Amino acid sequence: MSEQNQNYPEGSAFYSELRKRYLTATIWQTLFLSALVIAIISLTALIYNVLDGAFGYVAYDYKNDPAEFTSTPIHELTKEELLTILKAELSSGAYNKLDNEKKMEDRSQSDLYILFLERLVQIDTKATWSMTDSLTRGDEIRAEVAEKYPDAELEFRSWLTPQFLTTPMSSKAEFAGVRTAVLGSLWLVGIAILFALPVGVGAAVYLQEYAPHNWLTNIIQTNINNLAGVPSIVYGMLGLAVFVRVMESFTSGAMFGVTDSNGRTVLSAGLTMGILVLPLMIINAQEAIKAVPDSLRQAAFGVGATRWQTIWHHVLPNALPGIMTGSILAISRTLGETAPLIVVGASTFISLDPDSPFSKFTALPIQIYQWTTRPQAEFHSIAASAIVVLLVLLLSLNATAILLRNRTQRKW
Amino acid sequence: MENNNYAIETNDLSIHYGSFTAVKGVNMKVERQKITAIIGPSGCGKSTLLRAFNRMNDFVPSCHVTGELLLDNQNLYSKDIDPVEVRRKIGMVFQKPNPFPKSIYENIAWGARINGFKGKMDELVEQSLRSAALWDEVKDKLQQSAYALSGGQQQRLCIARTIAIQPEIILMDEPASALDPISTLRIEELMQELKKNYTIIIVTHNMQQAARASDYTAMMMIDDQRAGGVIEFDATKTIFTRPGDKRTEDYVTGRFG
Ligand SMILES: Nc1ncnc2c1ncn2[C@@H]1O[C@H](COP(=O)(O)OP(=O)(O)OP(=O)(O)O)[C@@H](O)[C@H]1O
Ligand SMILES: [Mg+2]
Repeated sequence: MSEQNQNYPEGSAFYSELRKRYLTATIWQTLFLSALVIAIISLTALIYNVLDGAFGYVAYDYKNDPAEFTSTPIHELTKEELLTILKAELSSGAYNKLDNEKKMEDRSQSDLYILFLERLVQIDTKATWSMTDSLTRGDEIRAEVAEKYPDAELEFRSWLTPQFLTTPMSSKAEFAGVRTAVLGSLWLVGIAILFALPVGVGAAVYLQEYAPHNWLTNIIQTNINNLAGVPSIVYGMLGLAVFVRVMESFTSGAMFGVTDSNGRTVLSAGLTMGILVLPLMIINAQEAIKAVPDSLRQAAFGVGATRWQTIWHHVLPNALPGIMTGSILAISRTLGETAPLIVVGASTFISLDPDSPFSKFTALPIQIYQWTTRPQAEFHSIAASAIVVLLVLLLSLNATAILLRNRTQRKW
Repeated sequence: MENNNYAIETNDLSIHYGSFTAVKGVNMKVERQKITAIIGPSGCGKSTLLRAFNRMNDFVPSCHVTGELLLDNQNLYSKDIDPVEVRRKIGMVFQKPNPFPKSIYENIAWGARINGFKGKMDELVEQSLRSAALWDEVKDKLQQSAYALSGGQQQRLCIARTIAIQPEIILMDEPASALDPISTLRIEELMQELKKNYTIIIVTHNMQQAARASDYTAMMMIDDQRAGGVIEFDATKTIFTRPGDKRTEDYVTGRFG
């Protein structure tokens, strides 16, 4: 007994030993806490940085006084009045061009109002300030504006407005919106998931449940894992070569009688994104299928089920939550990727909504990138707003997928 | 058409995992409507042999079987036999209760449905649960999760699930090893009830259980190549009172190892 105990510290030796153990534990705990704090600070800084640009003071004036065009206060103009003014004041060339893009009569009051401000009154932004500046240096800014731009009006503006969501692209930051880009992104996500979900789950089921374990499946597995890490630009090149060029008659819709289009469509881009997220989808589905306990498969086989019945009734339903997690990741990836879209040929200036797989398109990250590269500060503000839109879109799509997942995750 | 009294016969049946022979040269004749126990030390291949009886080993990629396994004079391992049909005729209850993550009702109905059951499902469910001595405990909560049942109840549900597809033979791999003595006893009573209609083969580590519940006992042991084999197969009474092999005597009296 006593001989055994000599191998372990006792009494005061034990306590000094224990103190050392606690010290180590405390050091590690502190390190973990600092890691968490760093993460929180980074995220806060990110969000603050975005919001800082999306709100703030703007100084602007009107090149042409609205009173020159109408006696009605401009906020009260009806659609008909706006139409009349635009028809009278715009050159017939400009008017016809707009009419060709979309029938003027079919446009909404707010669209026409924006045209009125943009083409006739010609609002002119003089300067913008960030949210921090606007909140902390309000008086200085007012003084500065009064001195530099005596005619200008100063306004605290949220660049993120309902209008920002519903108006298409414009060459003037004040009138630009993200509608085309949001719709483009949604189309991309839709096409990518429609492609990657069935193909990914199918491949995963085959690999996990049917394929023998031999050198060939090993090679395939390794390649799938590696493909998940291939830089996205490479997928862009692939998309350009395959979807835009080789399969042009399909992706442009020529096969289906669409005539005014080339291969640089939302379909090409969506399929490229689908291929991009496919490895992710397969790996996640595989993990989910692997996590279904073998005892469940045996139970099914034990009552005389075929392999397909076992997969369909037991393996897939139980793997569904994991498959949904994969879809969430795929959606996030699709929404955020920029490089492949540039290669495949997203339009940088487009104001027509994508309305079919064969439409030209733009997407939120493209739009954001475009705007941030503009020299004018107001474009940086709408870029910030567009980032907020992108984040909100991301969160809401993810939330939907998580809700769906929790509904399928019916724990018995 | 019962041309013999045997539910299953093996003819020099050997089971290999890759190059390793886990079970070697088994010759057994399992009588109909009797309970046959398989006993033996851990790792001697009892589960392997049992799984071979309904081709559950097909799911172990490295596993292959030589020799013959005869059901109604048909070799279950011949090429023209569909393993799904084998498992339909020879049901299995596993060591750990593994109900489906579904309702109690659905646990029984699913197997029946996928096998094309055309009768009244409600009746089948009730009848199966009654046969498994579970009906009274669950009749008011058929739509509840099977996972909410106790371990013993879950195991009886698994037995009910197996009965529902009306197999000829029921294989049980240590069905009571995860259960308390009372649940164990209930399963044993249940087996006595079931043998009126079914042939039962049970693997057990519990000597009293084998002695109490079974009619025949197969004693398995590994040889010096670590391949398991049936060293003695006889009426349970004989095995436990006048075993022919010294190793059997040592094992059943607890003097093994
Ligand atoms: N899937 C497998 N792959 C390879 N070898 C296996 C596999 N399953 C079992 N074996 C081997 O086969 C031998 C018999 O195993 P088995 O599970 O049949 O023993 P057992 O008698 O059921 O033991 P226990 O009483 O502990 O359940 C063991 O040596 C085991 O290592
Ligand atoms: Mg075993």
